[in-house]
Amino acid sequence: MTKIALQNIRHSYLGSPQTDGDFAIKHINTVFEDGGAYALLGPSGCGKTTLLGIVSGLISPTSGRILFDGEDITRVDTIHRHIAQVFQFPVIYDTMTVFDNLAFPLRNRKVPESDIKARVLDVAKMLDLEEGIHRRAASLTVDGKQKISLGRGLVREDVNVMMFDEPLTVIDQNMKWELRSKLKELHQNVRTTMIYVTHDQTEALTFADEVLVMYEGRVVQSGTPVELFEKPRHTFVGYFIGSPGMNIFPCQISGETVEFSGLPIECDNQIQGIRSLQDSQAITEIGIRPEYVRFSNQGIPVRICRVDDLGRHQLVHVEHEHHAIKLICPEDAPIPEGSACVRFEKSRTFLYADKWLAGEGSQS
Amino acid sequence: MCIYAASITRFLALSVELRNVDKVVDGMVHIHPVNLLLQDREFNVLLGATLSGKTTLLRLMAGLEKPSSGEVLFSGKNVTGVSVQKRNIAMVYQEFINYPNFSVFDNIASPLRVAGKKPDQIKQEVGEIAELLRLSEFLDRDIASLSGGQQQRIALARALVKRASLVLLDEPLANLDYKLREQLREELPRLFVASGSTVVYATSEPEEALMLGGHIAMLHEGKVVQYGKTTDIYRRPGNLESARIFSHPPINVTTIVKSSGVIAIPGVTEWQCPEVFRDRPDGEYLLGIRPHHLSLTSPERDARLVTISGTVQLAEISGSVSLVHMRINGNDWISESGGIHPHSIGESIKVYMHLDGCLYFDRDGTAIY
Amino acid sequence: MINKTIRQSAWLFVVPVVLLVAFNALIPLMTVVNYAFQETFGDNVFFWEGLTWFEQVLNSDRFHDAFLRQIMFTSIILLIEVPLGIAIALSMPRKGPWVSVCLVLMALPLLIPWNVVGAMWNIFALPDIGLLGYSLNSMGIDYNFTQQPISAWATMILMDVWHWTSLVVLLAYAGLTAIPEAYYQAARIDGASKWAVFKWIQLPKMKRVLTIAILLRFMDSFMIYTELIVLTGGGPGNSTTLLSIDLVKLALGQFDLGPAAAMSLIYFFIVLLICWVFYTLMMKNEKQ
Repeated sequence: MTKIALQNIRHSYLGSPQTDGDFAIKHINTVFEDGGAYALLGPSGCGKTTLLGIVSGLISPTSGRILFDGEDITRVDTIHRHIAQVFQFPVIYDTMTVFDNLAFPLRNRKVPESDIKARVLDVAKMLDLEEGIHRRAASLTVDGKQKISLGRGLVREDVNVMMFDEPLTVIDQNMKWELRSKLKELHQNVRTTMIYVTHDQTEALTFADEVLVMYEGRVVQSGTPVELFEKPRHTFVGYFIGSPGMNIFPCQISGETVEFSGLPIECDNQIQGIRSLQDSQAITEIGIRPEYVRFSNQGIPVRICRVDDLGRHQLVHVEHEHHAIKLICPEDAPIPEGSACVRFEKSRTFLYADKWLAGEGSQS
Repeated sequence: MCIYAASITRFLALSVELRNVDKVVDGMVHIHPVNLLLQDREFNVLLGATLSGKTTLLRLMAGLEKPSSGEVLFSGKNVTGVSVQKRNIAMVYQEFINYPNFSVFDNIASPLRVAGKKPDQIKQEVGEIAELLRLSEFLDRDIASLSGGQQQRIALARALVKRASLVLLDEPLANLDYKLREQLREELPRLFVASGSTVVYATSEPEEALMLGGHIAMLHEGKVVQYGKTTDIYRRPGNLESARIFSHPPINVTTIVKSSGVIAIPGVTEWQCPEVFRDRPDGEYLLGIRPHHLSLTSPERDARLVTISGTVQLAEISGSVSLVHMRINGNDWISESGGIHPHSIGESIKVYMHLDGCLYFDRDGTAIY
Repeated sequence: MINKTIRQSAWLFVVPVVLLVAFNALIPLMTVVNYAFQETFGDNVFFWEGLTWFEQVLNSDRFHDAFLRQIMFTSIILLIEVPLGIAIALSMPRKGPWVSVCLVLMALPLLIPWNVVGAMWNIFALPDIGLLGYSLNSMGIDYNFTQQPISAWATMILMDVWHWTSLVVLLAYAGLTAIPEAYYQAARIDGASKWAVFKWIQLPKMKRVLTIAILLRFMDSFMIYTELIVLTGGGPGNSTTLLSIDLVKLALGQFDLGPAAAMSLIYFFIVLLICWVFYTLMMKNEKQ
């Protein structure tokens, strides 16, 4: 049970990094509170796995400090950080039984055999591994094996933080669903700090109380799933979270109004946004999620290009002067044909300057 | 897209027919006798869980495996014994399979070289396909220096450039990043249909199947349980198996009792018996209701609803929807709603069940319409 | 997956190999079988002898002794080379510029022609002028491999270890490098000791290649001839006369073609049998 703080972390895989581009982690300051469920979400190459390595001690950062409960452990070896980790591919000891696999970390730590038994059976029960616990671990299916990897972390009582490195990559679709729910449930029971690395927004948003969205070596926004969905601080967050992602269009500022190809658009952050843009040369954009674009009698004239019936809802592709706009409409809603008008919901429309939410300032 | 479709020379696309095809290996039935007719130039999806026989079915169509009995027909011609090489097909796998020592250009050009085309023509055709799949800037690069998504696009480009009469895709997007998958799902059907090929696409994800559209064959334990237009089957599954395969998150199934014009989930709620159901004898039936027809918010439009209350077991938020696992009268239910709705465990909540979304089944799983 | 193609033309590619094997293995083997059951005095005149030669060979002390020496030799070198090979493989770097240096150094002994290996060690170990023999003697150790059976055995084993441990090293190293990094990280996190990592990760993952290494070393050591004939010629006395040397003595030294042929066949079946037993045991273990 530990609070983990990352202070001014920078990391480069190069010997003598010169420019910002040489850094895999550009600058990260963040705190993982004790007992929280966190997700690091981002595309491949955003630095999320590097950051995980820095927390686990497998990678030593170029600069910055890591604190566990206020104590600087930047130079402390992995084994003394008392972490647990589940990898992309299940790591099991093939020649041992399921029981011995789960007992392994305890036996290495010289825990008395009687305690081991109670603890292992406990964890096996939590993970539904009781059946066939004395079988060879190699005979299990891939999700069973991944549960064992998870279990080896759960049996230990000294764990400061449990880390997951895209743990569901090799798991079957149906089992993914089950393991995801299981993981969430486990966190609610054991209350260990957990950090989950993934490129899959579903996994991240389902699992975590707080999601850190990473992009090009920075955390562009960290917040609850609701915050990330409803008020993306960076256009990348808007694009990356939500399926499909946010509609983003270029816009112009003229006086007090925001214009999208000549039409005035009202934004939620219009007043402070425009004020912050005084005399600046920033590139301005507006963003609106497809969920909040509606057909209406007046507004932005569009041409309907295509309607995808996705079962639970319809995804409508429309076009306004070569700007593609996506709308999500309810399953049974009538969709106009040919041309129509759409309206953006004001409280869900945001003004971005140089990709950051205008008027909110960017993270350093 | 239009430019591309016009520029290619048309060729004969194939319809694919399986007549009583089955596959038994060492006494194990991998595929039960299947009768299936896939129309030419149609985008066909095979949907089923892992090990439901999708890959075997693709391999049977490709000629990589011989059926234990039955016939495979291409456009009415029996090709059961014809070798893969002579069938003019292209196949893309889940793993990114490319020639590791070739450049991107040479990889894409390889089927054209095998076909003995002239260098000028190869250059032009590879250029067009690369443009389409946004690979133009990589043409001179080494395969090894590319990311997974780019590698899979090359494998797809190779399948496209071959202009095969039949293109078989075995979960081609499964190993790609989420966002890339989203984007390619949107583009793939149009790319392949524009190329004039008949396509068979195997997937285990219902959402992917919906996004791809076209026609769909539902596979369950080596049996094709239903075939038809994707959206039709989604809305009107012929049996419980189809409904189960075609629902993610899993469909809620519960026992209902019909008695004199009223349908009841015992101890939970009841409602007026729908028209189609009226002539059926009283007794027990099964109800299937997809999670998104159990919503946390009442819909804007007037819909026929009943409310059900339960306790939250787990609340998950995924993408732009919220999933709530609930316990209702001793059964586990899943509800799905658009937007983000956080709920804490143990909380009592009320969900709205859309009666128009209810699927009714006989005790043996046959749908009632 | 059963993957049957309908084209039969692929068989044509196998024809040259079939012919080659027929000429260099099957036909000589048949000749040996021919000699093993008959007596000949030249001029292609043969008399049927049935199992006489086999009985003679199997009942001879000379064969028993050679066989025992062979078993002893093979056991000793396996017991040394396999653990030593694993130990060297474990201590080799896994990445960096030293990898290729180590690999080249390791491969060197394997590249030297076998008769040269014998000659090198012969000269190296000569008690009066060889570096090894001279140093040992000047340290007060009475060493003379041309006179003392013990010294001869020691030299023979040392030579084989020097020559062939590399093979085990290379195979074991290949097995080690195939283990994903995640396994080591997981073991560190689980608090495993070095020994535990070896026992539960490295050894199980190397099992397959080690099986092959042991099989190869077993067969090769059973057939050792060239190095040994150059080094000791089977002496002093018969003390290092292993099966193959004995066979050559019998066939070419004494020209007893019948018994020699019978012995060849017995020799062949022994190797085959032990390999089969070995392989089955290993594979059975694998399946569990």
